[in-house]
Amino acid sequence: MKSVIYVLTALGVIGLAFWAYRENYATQAVLNQTDRLHAETRAAHARLAVLRAEWAFQNRPDRLRDLAELNFERLQLLPLHPDQFGQVDEVQYPAPELLPITDPVDVSTMNSEDPL
Amino acid sequence: MIRTPLRPLARILSARAKGENPDAIEHQNRRIRHEQMRDNDRARAEGRLLVLGVFFFCAFAVVGARMGLLAVSDPVEPRAHAPGSIIANTRADIVDREGRILATNLDTHALFAQPPHMIDPEGAAEELVRIFPDLKHERLLKDFTGTRKFLWIKRKISPEQMQAVHDIGDPGLLFAPRDMRLYPNGKLAAHVMGGASFGREGVRAAEVIGVAGVEKYFDTYLRDPANAGKPLALSLDLSVQAAAERVLDGGMKLMNAKGATSILMDVHTGEVVSVVSLPSFDPNNRPRAAVEGDPSDSPLFNRSVQGVYELGSTFKIFAVAQAMELGLVNADTMIDTRGPMRVGGHTIGEFRNKNYGTISVSQIIEKSSNRGTGRLALMIGKERQQEFLRKLGLFEKSSFEIIEASGSTPLLPARYTDLSAVTISYGHGISTTAMHLAAGYAAIANGGYAVKPTLLRQNGAQLGERVMRPEVAAASRAMLRDVVVGDDGTASFAEVPGYFVAGKTGTADKPRPRGGGYYKDKTITTFASMFPAHDPRYVLIVTLDEPIETSSGEPRRTAGWTAVPIAAELIRRVAPLLGMRPAIEPATLADITLTSSN
Repeated sequence: MKSVIYVLTALGVIGLAFWAYRENYATQAVLNQTDRLHAETRAAHARLAVLRAEWAFQNRPDRLRDLAELNFERLQLLPLHPDQFGQVDEVQYPAPELLPITDPVDVSTMNSEDPL
Repeated sequence: MIRTPLRPLARILSARAKGENPDAIEHQNRRIRHEQMRDNDRARAEGRLLVLGVFFFCAFAVVGARMGLLAVSDPVEPRAHAPGSIIANTRADIVDREGRILATNLDTHALFAQPPHMIDPEGAAEELVRIFPDLKHERLLKDFTGTRKFLWIKRKISPEQMQAVHDIGDPGLLFAPRDMRLYPNGKLAAHVMGGASFGREGVRAAEVIGVAGVEKYFDTYLRDPANAGKPLALSLDLSVQAAAERVLDGGMKLMNAKGATSILMDVHTGEVVSVVSLPSFDPNNRPRAAVEGDPSDSPLFNRSVQGVYELGSTFKIFAVAQAMELGLVNADTMIDTRGPMRVGGHTIGEFRNKNYGTISVSQIIEKSSNRGTGRLALMIGKERQQEFLRKLGLFEKSSFEIIEASGSTPLLPARYTDLSAVTISYGHGISTTAMHLAAGYAAIANGGYAVKPTLLRQNGAQLGERVMRPEVAAASRAMLRDVVVGDDGTASFAEVPGYFVAGKTGTADKPRPRGGGYYKDKTITTFASMFPAHDPRYVLIVTLDEPIETSSGEPRRTAGWTAVPIAAELIRRVAPLLGMRPAIEPATLADITLTSSN
């Protein structure tokens, strides 16, 4: 009986050792992956910051104004001015299309009793 | 264990035979037994103490070893318990009210050298001078070949320069990562931004600290890692600011002025939508502060909060508003403005010695009569005047959130006499900044509540204490409107169709720097305005330093000819950007005639 318990305990220890060994490597792998993802996130953040700065720099009002002046002939861009505001009724909407005439009816006053 | 009996029969019997007391044997044996027990206990206790001692020693040794290890090891972020967001030690961005970037960070590198590791100091020095022409070859060579073990060569280098240095290939030339503060809009809002520089520097990182403006005022907030992802939202509007700077710069050059400032403020919230001070500078490359000469000549001087000047007749509306608030007068009360008027031994005169006769309170503002407001000030009394101006915030430094605002403390007369009350009623004898004036006018514009100018975006109205009744504020606005549209108004150029500008001009002679009166040919001209007059949303202050308008051949230095046209152009450009439609002038209705049909 005793020897059976010894053998089972030994087997248990071997099993646990094997489990711990695998868990250890799995943990290391996950940690490495986390590190890699962190590094990627950090790089993405840095890239995003550079892109944001670049966007702000390219869209700075001075540059946009210079570009508008350079391309004035093509774009005709002018600063916003009070007289550019309009009323809704000043907008020329396209005229509604006429419905097609499908069943023509002749209308005449020839047969009326009291022609004018 | 074999227990020794206390009374061994053999000894007892022999003792009895000898006639001795057998109890003595028992006592002796009892003593020996107790001594043995004591020795055993002692040995056991000593053993236990030893075990405990070893245990404690091991425990403390582990703690000590761990501490030592932590002290000598490099800090690393925890790998397993990763925080939700990466701990960023970058400075928070600054954005405008729409979220457009005003200040951000850029990764860059600093260049340093470790001469003991250098292979070819001479060649490296030569190559470095070729890459950075501002470095001195002899100096570098002396540093590289001398006893120095470490030296910084460049604080910030571009990626191209970094590659070029890399190509030298000397192991003694090394790079340190740096966060650089970048102001992508260049000179825009330079005085608000201020600038940043490096604090403590290390090889791995360097502190970025604000040196002026909002960067310094909110330094603690911006540096706090907890706020790295939360940009500081200012009340400024980038496009409005750009337009205002453009118009003011053009106007300043047209009027041959030395400097100019403009402040555009929301009257309900106190948010400053645009604040310009010219001449300006580039915060990416902040110039050094001038150590001699007049500080106001430096481009670093922020005229909007540091320019403490007498702002002249723009103050008149405060005296009139207070007189109406106290019920002393109404808009139509007639006031005698004829001279001579003597107060405290001084004669109070009018502009170009004019004489307006007896005119209404409304006309005092329209014609800008010094004697008129002087009389009102005497009716009000100096104590009540001080109290009113204090409530408007004109007696203490501005609450505007940039570090330079600490230099905005108004200059008041040492003794507040009746003469002070009279001169202050028309804006002399009290020196304030344009920011103070904006706050004062905002109180009239928003219906009588004091507001504090702020640089931070607000949610909803931030009205302070009530300083005047709404009717008084409305009446004051009507008078200011007359200054623009009235027949004798001094600000007739300020009319912008559709925006109903109301305002007051102010022209003050510049004081000589070291006392000794005023310059005859140098003025500070101010136009304080609000629009639209019937329900003002914004207050605009434009101030020019030493303007001369020369279009007619004769030099003109009054606000009506210099600051007013610039303010009008500013409103014309900026109001549409603020989303304000030009209102249509209420048409005069044709007379309706009642006719009977039968």
